[in-house]
Amino acid sequence: MTQMIRMTPPLAKEDVIRLNIGDKVLLSGVIYTARDAAHKRLYDLIQKGEELPIMLEGQVIYYVGPSPALPGRAIGAAGPTTSYRMDPYAPTLIANGLRAMIGKGKRSKEVIEAMKKHSAVYLAAVGGAGALMSQSILEAKIVAYPELGPEAVWRFVVKDFPAIVVNDVKGNDLYMEGVKQYQRT
Amino acid sequence: MREIFCDEIISTVKRLFMEANTRLGDDMMAVFQRSTETEESPVGKEILGQLIENANLSRETGVPICQDTGLAVVFLEMGQDVRIVGGNLIEAVNEGVRQGYKEGYLRKSVCHPFTRANTGDNTPAVVYVDPVPGDRLKIIAVPKGGGSENMSRLFMLPPSSGKAGVLDKILETVRDAGPNPCPPTIIGVGIGGTFEQSALQAKKALLRPVGSTNPDPELDTLEREWLVEINKLGIGPQGLGGRTTSLALHIRMLPCHIASLPVAINVQCHAARHKESIL
Repeated sequence: MTQMIRMTPPLAKEDVIRLNIGDKVLLSGVIYTARDAAHKRLYDLIQKGEELPIMLEGQVIYYVGPSPALPGRAIGAAGPTTSYRMDPYAPTLIANGLRAMIGKGKRSKEVIEAMKKHSAVYLAAVGGAGALMSQSILEAKIVAYPELGPEAVWRFVVKDFPAIVVNDVKGNDLYMEGVKQYQRT
Repeated sequence: MREIFCDEIISTVKRLFMEANTRLGDDMMAVFQRSTETEESPVGKEILGQLIENANLSRETGVPICQDTGLAVVFLEMGQDVRIVGGNLIEAVNEGVRQGYKEGYLRKSVCHPFTRANTGDNTPAVVYVDPVPGDRLKIIAVPKGGGSENMSRLFMLPPSSGKAGVLDKILETVRDAGPNPCPPTIIGVGIGGTFEQSALQAKKALLRPVGSTNPDPELDTLEREWLVEINKLGIGPQGLGGRTTSLALHIRMLPCHIASLPVAINVQCHAARHKESIL
């Protein structure tokens, strides 16, 4: 059954265990961004046992490389980027406390397994709707790797940021289920 | 000879990229609207509505349609009676891109392939110059996002594969891409020519207004029949299931070698941005 659920990070395991694929989530509070190059750096730090620039426990990472803010706005267009590029690193981040990821597109078997094992979820935001998504972002500041340009790690304060549960902790996949329903072979 | 000044090229390229990223074409708006009426999936319908809302918001606020404001692809159709004065043509295009991406607050997405160091100004642009008769210069600006470009493919098929073989590869490409390229997509297909030519044809196929008729009746029929096949895949808006997987399929075809059948499939996301101007 789909339902609308409001959530505020940091999230506890219990917060995400109750989510099912197709549920609509509205996030309010702090979320972090990290994409390709930032993921590689976070992963390398974990491998070396060094401290991360952000605490992962219970956090939500949004895969986005925003466009620059127009004067008077918190951020530019900020829709999700394709998630599979983060797949090699995501299981390690999940094992270190990451509770939810927001992106678009399918995840690997390994990521889905890690979500089941450590109680994390994957949410999809509407790809390409960058102007619309930016309306939900009230504050934005770079907290790590400014030299990566659009790939820097940002701290966003969001209000009613909309997303859909694609992979729940039970290993269900909305992409597979949704397509099955409308396929004509 | 007609003289065209580089300054004019710079300002035109700059304006076209700023407009392309904030003003989605009427063809796209119309096809979004039509698809909200035909989409059967409630989630799909809602997403299509959000795409319309997003495009309207971008037009009103100047915030780009998508955060990925693209690699700057520029097609120049240059009259053979045109002489460029006051500088270098390609450098003028790059300067236009540089200024447009800065002044438009557009994301700079160009980097070194290995170090991933960003060039900082979204250059170099990808520029193609085609000589044409006359004394005008047509500039077509196409910001191409990475998400959908990554899902594009090129196949060198055995010539005996025929139409069925080409359709198989199109369906395989769209199916494998699934939700990744931000469906509903536009699929540009280049058939024939050589290896590299087929890819360029596929990209040029994306420039035709969505919903327009292919001037070649044979290709027009294929476009309509194959689009139906694509939409049977059930991928739907954002890959969450539905009837609207692709909004259009555009084909360009060229003669090829007797031993070859190249097929390139260039996937374009729903933010099918392109603007043109004639100097």
